[in-house]
Order: sequence, then C-alpha cells, then structure tokens
Amino acid sequence: MPHPNLKYLRKGVLPHMFCPGCSCGQILNSYIYAIDELGLDMDRLVTIGGVGCMSRAPAYLNTDAIHGIHGRNLPFATGVKLANPDLTVVVLMGDGGCAAIGGNHLIQAARRNLDVTVIVDNNGSFAMTGGQVSPMTPLGSTTTTTASGNFERPFDICKLVEAAGGTYISRWTTAHIVQLTNSIKKGIMHRGFSFIEVVGQCPTQFGRYVLKLRDPVENLNWLRENSLTIDEAEDLSEEEVGGRIVVGDFVERELPTLEDGYIGLEGKIGAVR
Amino acid sequence: MSKVEGIDESSSFQFMLGNHAVAEGAVAAGCRFFAGYPITPASEISERMSEKLPDVEGRFIQMEDELGSIYAVIGASLAGVKSMTATASAGYNYMQEGIGYAVATETPIVVVDVMRLRGAEQATHADIMQTRWGASGDHEMIVLAPSSVQELFDYTIEAFNLAERYRNPVVVLSEMTLSLMRERIRIPDRGEIETVDRKIPAVPPEEFLPFEAGEDGVPPMAVLGSGYRVLYTFNPHDERGMITGDLDIYDELYRRITCKIRRALDDIVKYQTFFMDDADIAVVAYGSEARSALEAVRRARDKGIKAALLKLVTVWPFHDALMKTVAEQVERIVVPEMNLGRYVEAVERASCGLAEVTSLPLNKGRVHSSDEILGGIKRGA
Repeated sequence: MPHPNLKYLRKGVLPHMFCPGCSCGQILNSYIYAIDELGLDMDRLVTIGGVGCMSRAPAYLNTDAIHGIHGRNLPFATGVKLANPDLTVVVLMGDGGCAAIGGNHLIQAARRNLDVTVIVDNNGSFAMTGGQVSPMTPLGSTTTTTASGNFERPFDICKLVEAAGGTYISRWTTAHIVQLTNSIKKGIMHRGFSFIEVVGQCPTQFGRYVLKLRDPVENLNWLRENSLTIDEAEDLSEEEVGGRIVVGDFVERELPTLEDGYIGLEGKIGAVR
Repeated sequence: MSKVEGIDESSSFQFMLGNHAVAEGAVAAGCRFFAGYPITPASEISERMSEKLPDVEGRFIQMEDELGSIYAVIGASLAGVKSMTATASAGYNYMQEGIGYAVATETPIVVVDVMRLRGAEQATHADIMQTRWGASGDHEMIVLAPSSVQELFDYTIEAFNLAERYRNPVVVLSEMTLSLMRERIRIPDRGEIETVDRKIPAVPPEEFLPFEAGEDGVPPMAVLGSGYRVLYTFNPHDERGMITGDLDIYDELYRRITCKIRRALDDIVKYQTFFMDDADIAVVAYGSEARSALEAVRRARDKGIKAALLKLVTVWPFHDALMKTVAEQVERIVVPEMNLGRYVEAVERASCGLAEVTSLPLNKGRVHSSDEILGGIKRGA
C-alpha cells in the first residue's frame, strides 16, 4: 500500500535530490503533515522556494509552486499574495537564502507583516555549494571558507524577525518534529508574517565537517542534546545557555497585515480581477 | 491631470508628462499590479501608478529594491494579474536575473527602463545592447523604444499585448529626454484600445501539460490557485514543468522559447518608413533620435538629396530581412545614436555589405540636432 501522504507529492518526482539523512526531507514531511492535519485545499496553496537545498523542496509538492531565485522567495510571495490574498502562501528557504542574500527581503516582509508562513531550514552553512560559512554558522566553526574557524557572530534570526515586525515566531530542531508540525499548523492559521526556524542536520556538510558526525542519527541526537525549551532557558543567563539552541514559540501577536492596508484603499480585499 | 487650454473638457487630448503617459498606457492596457523602487528619472511612473491603481482595484507596492520589484511583479503575473515595474539604467542592472527568470518560466511582464547616463541624469542610448543581452542564459527580448509622449502611451499598451501574446518579458525603453518631456497626446476611447490576454488552458488539470506549445510556440498559462498545480522553475524543465537533467530537453526548451519570438518578427517589429520609395540614402534611428532624424531627412529632401528614414520602434528582436531590404535599395545607411555607436553594429551585420553603413555617435547627454544628422547624410552624398 502506498504511503497515504504520497498524494501530496507530484507524480513521478521521486527520487528527490536530498542527501541521505538530510533535514530538508524531514521538514518537507512535517509541512505535509501540517497540510494533511489542517485539511488544506491543495488547489489554493502556493509553495514558494528559491535556490538552495530547502528552497528546492517546493518542486516536489503537488501544489502550485514557484521554484524561484536564490534569496528572492519573499518578493515572489509578496507579488502572489497582493495579486490574490485569498491564496495560502508558504515559503521554504535555507539560512543562506534568508539571512544572507535575501536578508533585506526577510526584514521588509516581516515589517510589512505579509500574511505568509516562512519555514527556514537552518543547517548552519551553504550546503548545496559545498559547506561554506553562512550568517547562521556558529562561532568557531571550521567550514570550507573559514578554515581557521568562523570569527563572525551568527544572527539570532528569530530575534531579528521579531524586531522587524513578524507576528508569529518559533524555533525548533529536526529532533522536535511533532512540535514543528504543530508550529507549521499554527503559522499557516496565523494571519500575518509567520516565521519558523528549524535547526536541521546536514550530515554532508555541517555535521561532517563541524560536528565531525557523519551519521544522521548522531546528528539528530546532537541537536536534541544541545537544545533546551524556552521554559528551561527562562531562568538561565546567556552564558549558562551558551551555544545551545533555545526552542519554542517566541512571539504570537495580532497586528494589521500588509493586505489590511489595501482594505483602507479599496474597502475590501480579494483577488485582483 | 492637466488639460490643454482651449480644448473641450470632453475631448481626450491631454498635455502629459512622458512618465505619466507610461502609467496611463499601462492602466489602459489592463495593468493591475505595479512594484517599483524610486530612481530618477523614472519615479513619476511609480507615483502615477500609486495614484491610479486603487481606482481600478489594482495594487501598488514600493519594494525595498529593484530585485524585490521584479520578483514581486513576476509573482503577481503568475497569479494572473498584468504587472509592470519601472526603473532607470542603474536599477535595470539589478533586474537582469529576474528578466532571465521571466524568460525561463515564460511569465508575461513589462519592464520600463528609462535610460540615463552612467552616474548622471542626462539623455543616452548607452544601454541599447544591455536590453538585448543583459540577462544571462539564452533569450530573445522584445524591446520597444518610443520617440514621443504619445508613443510612450501607445507602445506601453503594445508592450503588455506582446508580453501576454508571447509569454515573454517586454521592455519599454524610454529615455531621460522623453520621460520628463510634456507633450500633447490623444488618449483613445476605451473601445478603441485593443488589449490582449494570455491564453488559458483548454483542458482540465489532469490533461494539462503547462509547457506544451502548439504551432506558435506559446503554451497556454494557468493562473496560480486555479487547480492546475503548475511548477514554475528557472531550471531546465520538460513539458510537465518538471526539472530535468536531460540536456536534449533543455536544448529543445530554449529553441522553442527563442523561436516563438524569432518566427513572429512581422507581428512584433513595429517600424515606420518616411520617403523610402526613391531613396538612395537611409537614416536608421530609434527613440528620440528618430525625431531629429526625420527633420534632417526632410531638410535633405529640400536640398534635393534622396534621403529616407527607417524609424524602428521595436529595436529588439532585430528584423534582419527588413534591414537587408533597405540595404539592397540604398547606397548608404546613417545610424545616429546617443552613445559611442552600438546599434549600428546590428545594422551593419544585417546590411551584409550591400550598403555603406555610417555610424553617427554622440555621447554627450543630448539628442543629435537635425544639423548634425544632416551633416552625416551629406557626407559623401
């Protein structure tokens, strides 16, 4: 019997291009579970990617999909959403696309509170191009472009999005799949800019060269052991948290969306005819 | 909107800024989404679009940069809305990858490039080749270069029609001179304006191949959210839209994407000829240079020189056969341009040595005077 969720993938699209043990597959799977559990109409869902490992994932989904340009995922989403605010738009990208080349688009889309859901696989490097340093690579990491260790401090991307104006913000790792699926569901149902960072394993690059762990399961164990919930971190100092990953729902607030601004101009909001 | 004094309010003649004529033309063509980033001398297009679009239930957004603008425009077009952005030379640089994306995914968009000198707000034709070859990867651009405020209005409408008919990005190539010029123009009645909409699928989703084209090479296009579940990708893709590593499919894809334009030159290439019947010398000009050129040709005729003008509105694709016909007839072709002589290379190549081709470059931020072009006509005449 075929897997019941195979219907959410395009026909004939397998095998996918992800490496064995890649976090992208888990995140795609988690997104599919969210679609399934919410009972979303696949005809009214647009998934937007770009260039990069996670950004490739929309090509596999059986929805309307834009496999776009590196880091430009959110401008595409802005155009789609303004042309037809009735569509549900989910953006998939990686840490390179969202924090490096597309960084300005990220903060502007958050500032506007564009009603989309952004799921970011933070695998700590530019994985597709060979494991170069990214703005999310932890301090001290040895990558293919930081042979003596990364001396640039990484972004806390969730704090960045919060300061910019995002209205639903959460972070999980791929060792927290149930929580992640729940957050994706919340993000999709939330009206406004929803941002979900997923710290995900990359056994091919970050895991292999930085953590010295080639086995995907060992990478997942590392993520589990090196993360703590927002409640656990609450009473700890920054030093006590150290390099560990704080996970949980950080922000949930209601603010007018970009689309709401047009209601003032037009008296209503719907698809442009 | 200002009206020309002495003209009845009900008439459709208006005294209008070039940039405003682009915006008015776009709205008349059915443009309902605009994204842009401020830049001189194109900003009045954004300003007018921001005023006009809410009145027609369209949407305007000022993006964070030119990259944001072009991808928002592509997204909106994929969602079924005729869309445009406008910029000037420096900003046009930033849009090249987006233009390549629109070529690859066959997304109809209109991009206005108001050419200005590098680092200075002066008139130029220096970017004429960039509009043909700016984007990486194989492509065939459609570029219209109007020469008056009236033509900015008319050919912005035409740009939308060509974009929709051929599913290709179309550039309206304006200039510093034209963009900030005010002229009296005639706005046709609604019913007089012909607008074209992209073809839509004739079959249900399960039978639809999104990149399968008929005779004309242009596939029908499904709107996002209409149940067809299309994948749009920059990567080599087959008729289903699926990414493929098969380079034979890649080759076939770009042959179709470029040939759909090359095979339709007679529809796409808009031009006018003046005094061509008995001419033995022809001026080939585009944009504002065509105006000085026409005056120069008239003055040459007064002096008994059999001069003619081939005024090209569509500057790309280049109509080789048309140019060859002119070259067969005349002894000399003069090409005045506001640059160091760029377009003349295409004219010379297509002339096949049948006529002597003289470049008349001027790179000083202004249009040739008719005296200067007349000088070029007389040289050796």
